[in-house]
Amino acid sequence: MEIPYIVDERPDTGLNNVKLGIWLFLASEVMLFGGLFSAYILLRINAVDWPLGADILSVPIGAFNTVVLISSSVTMVLCYAALKLDDLAGYKKYLGITIGLSLLFLAVKAFEYYEHIHLGEVPATSTFLAIYFTLTGLHGLHILGGVVVNGYFLGPGSAMWTTNKEQFINRIEAAGLYWHFVDLVWIFLFPVLYLL
Amino acid sequence: MDHVTTAEHTDHAEHGQAHHDEGFLRTYVFSVDHKVIGIQYAVTGLLFLLFGFTLMMVMRWQLAYPFQPIPIIGEWLGNDRAPGGIMLPEFYNQLGAMHGTIMVFMGVVPLAVGGFGNFILPLQIGAPDMAFPKLNMLSYWSFFVGGVVMFASFFVPGGAANSGWTSYAPLSVIATTGQTLWLVGMIFLITSSLLGSVNFIVTTIQLRAPGLGFMRLPFFVWAQLVTAFLLLLAFPPLEAAGVLQLMDRVAGTSFFLPTGLVVSNVPLDVSGGGSPLLWQHLFWFLAHPEVYVLILPAMGIVSEIIANNTRKPIWGYRVMIGSLIFLGFMSFVVWAHHMFMTGMGTTMSSFFQTTTMIISIPSVVILSALVLSLYGGSIRFTVPMLFALAFLPMFAIGGLTGLPLGLSAPDIHLHDTYYVIGHFHYVVAPGTLLALFGGIYYWFPKATGRKMNDVLGRIHFWGSFVAMNVVFMPMMIQGLSGMNRRMADGGLEYAMNEDVLVWNTVISMGAWTLGLFQLPFIFNFFWSIKKGEKVGDNPWDATTLEWSAPSPPPHGNFATPPSVYRGPYEYSVPGAKTDFSMQADASGPQAEPAKV
Repeated sequence: MEIPYIVDERPDTGLNNVKLGIWLFLASEVMLFGGLFSAYILLRINAVDWPLGADILSVPIGAFNTVVLISSSVTMVLCYAALKLDDLAGYKKYLGITIGLSLLFLAVKAFEYYEHIHLGEVPATSTFLAIYFTLTGLHGLHILGGVVVNGYFLGPGSAMWTTNKEQFINRIEAAGLYWHFVDLVWIFLFPVLYLL
Repeated sequence: MDHVTTAEHTDHAEHGQAHHDEGFLRTYVFSVDHKVIGIQYAVTGLLFLLFGFTLMMVMRWQLAYPFQPIPIIGEWLGNDRAPGGIMLPEFYNQLGAMHGTIMVFMGVVPLAVGGFGNFILPLQIGAPDMAFPKLNMLSYWSFFVGGVVMFASFFVPGGAANSGWTSYAPLSVIATTGQTLWLVGMIFLITSSLLGSVNFIVTTIQLRAPGLGFMRLPFFVWAQLVTAFLLLLAFPPLEAAGVLQLMDRVAGTSFFLPTGLVVSNVPLDVSGGGSPLLWQHLFWFLAHPEVYVLILPAMGIVSEIIANNTRKPIWGYRVMIGSLIFLGFMSFVVWAHHMFMTGMGTTMSSFFQTTTMIISIPSVVILSALVLSLYGGSIRFTVPMLFALAFLPMFAIGGLTGLPLGLSAPDIHLHDTYYVIGHFHYVVAPGTLLALFGGIYYWFPKATGRKMNDVLGRIHFWGSFVAMNVVFMPMMIQGLSGMNRRMADGGLEYAMNEDVLVWNTVISMGAWTLGLFQLPFIFNFFWSIKKGEKVGDNPWDATTLEWSAPSPPPHGNFATPPSVYRGPYEYSVPGAKTDFSMQADASGPQAEPAKV
């Protein structure tokens, strides 16, 4: 039994299964973060007073993390491009950098969390901090998930390069789409929480 | 899927399943075969339906005979639930919340989508399996873990969740530990449905057999496709809401807790500033599409059975599909009709009552098309057909009684009364559940190679049909007279309920009778697996692709991958040799293959 269109595109839809699957998954992720952003808007509109993000959070640190995450998206594209050029060593280099940057992002985020908790600014303190910790925490979990998946593709998962090149490239493309999505969520989160 | 083994599978396809030697665990427990997963879903779903129904039968004792010792099981319940066999109101609340949760999220949806969808959909589109078999397995086990967490919540201090299946804040935020487990369980169930829905959509779009265009798909497949989109897009906001409520309960945040909340005369020590209404918006944004998740697969099943047993094509196939898609779209913009009484303002109410009136149109179109399909048919009154025929008027009652609730003015009187309970149970119980039972009788021969017993099936049908009406029709009377729901004493303490209290006993008798009439079904189900009448691959003389596969279908489903030459319901085609022209049959009039 062979499931069709794992690798090839189905002629009438122009898609393989993985690409359609990852887009559908991202659609549901949009609804997840959409729900949370709606909650943010509703809470803020109802609030008697709402602090300016920059007064509580550190804009330079947040901006630095934004640069880190956007760079990781660039290296993610470069690792996919390297695979397309049949360059496994380049792929491993750029995917390694992507994972390194994601870990850097998480480390910076952990430092921010530590600083806040140290000052007694915990989720229970105010609705602003509550939504800040929830949104960035959930986003951090998505980053962590991406690190696990990318780590797998860097290590044991890369064995597929020798057995089934096309399918492996498709997988990296799907992982890349997910990574860009996570990046995109941060690009919304940063201004909403830190600047507005 | 590992490529070495898939190549072997292709080699062995013509030998059928005999060559599979994957061991017991891989074959029956951690299987990646859509048929095994479908049966796992269906059996687990049926068990949860039985469990949820049992909770209700216990509740009905309390409603019929308030604060009298529960017979037989009363003494087993323990002092924190029913001291001396007399049910505590707190325990009544747990039963109510968990009845709703179990029936909706762990009973009907797993059976209708996980069970029927998994088993039938790949067969009906001529696919060897689902597009992502391992995700499919993960989906089932995620559902299973969610179910175990929900079940376990009965045994933590304070018992299971007790804030209603809707878990309205702030009550749910200050409730006992069971509510935390409810939220964790829901997150597992949501993950399960996310994996399942991605799989269903990709399978339907990508794995259709050659010649099976979208306008040749059986209506059941269309219904599952739209359902999968609803699950995919409506569940995540509830996941978001669940995460927020979990934060409120565990991390002490105030997303749903307003400033100045006083509990038991003590001001709550929280930062405040939250909005209880936010929970309702996020919850109903899921839970209204969820209603269509409950009903659409049932409509799909009923369409298959009606076409097969009237021996003629479904009337208005294209219009039905158009209505289905419109229905799916509109179901995302009606949610606040559950919230007319929250004081959200007349502008919002007007908008949502308008969309609600609009969404009733496609439902009526589908139902009318199914009723018109009966006209001029030579109807075979088989057991599945009895269930399908009963679905039509029952769903009609359920749907029409919803109209007064969808208009904001009459809702003022009817909101939170037994009328609401009667209304949605008519949709889900005599509606969806009867259709699902019909589906089990209809596809049982495909899954086992044997038919279920007809006499027991008819007893099950007539008993359930009558008993369900005895249960739910009096609720309309009680509700119209103003009797509130969620009362642990059945409304005894309010003098205005005096005239309608008598119905409490009638309803309870009906509920227990309904329980009795499920016994023939349970016996029939297990007995027929071993001893049922052996039948061929196509016992109902049906046209769709699943009947071209062997019964039961082997791993990989079809001996040779099928091609499709005609539409799904070509019954009684003039000039054809038989009164049914199968989709995979290349001969006969009007056969035309379509390119992939």
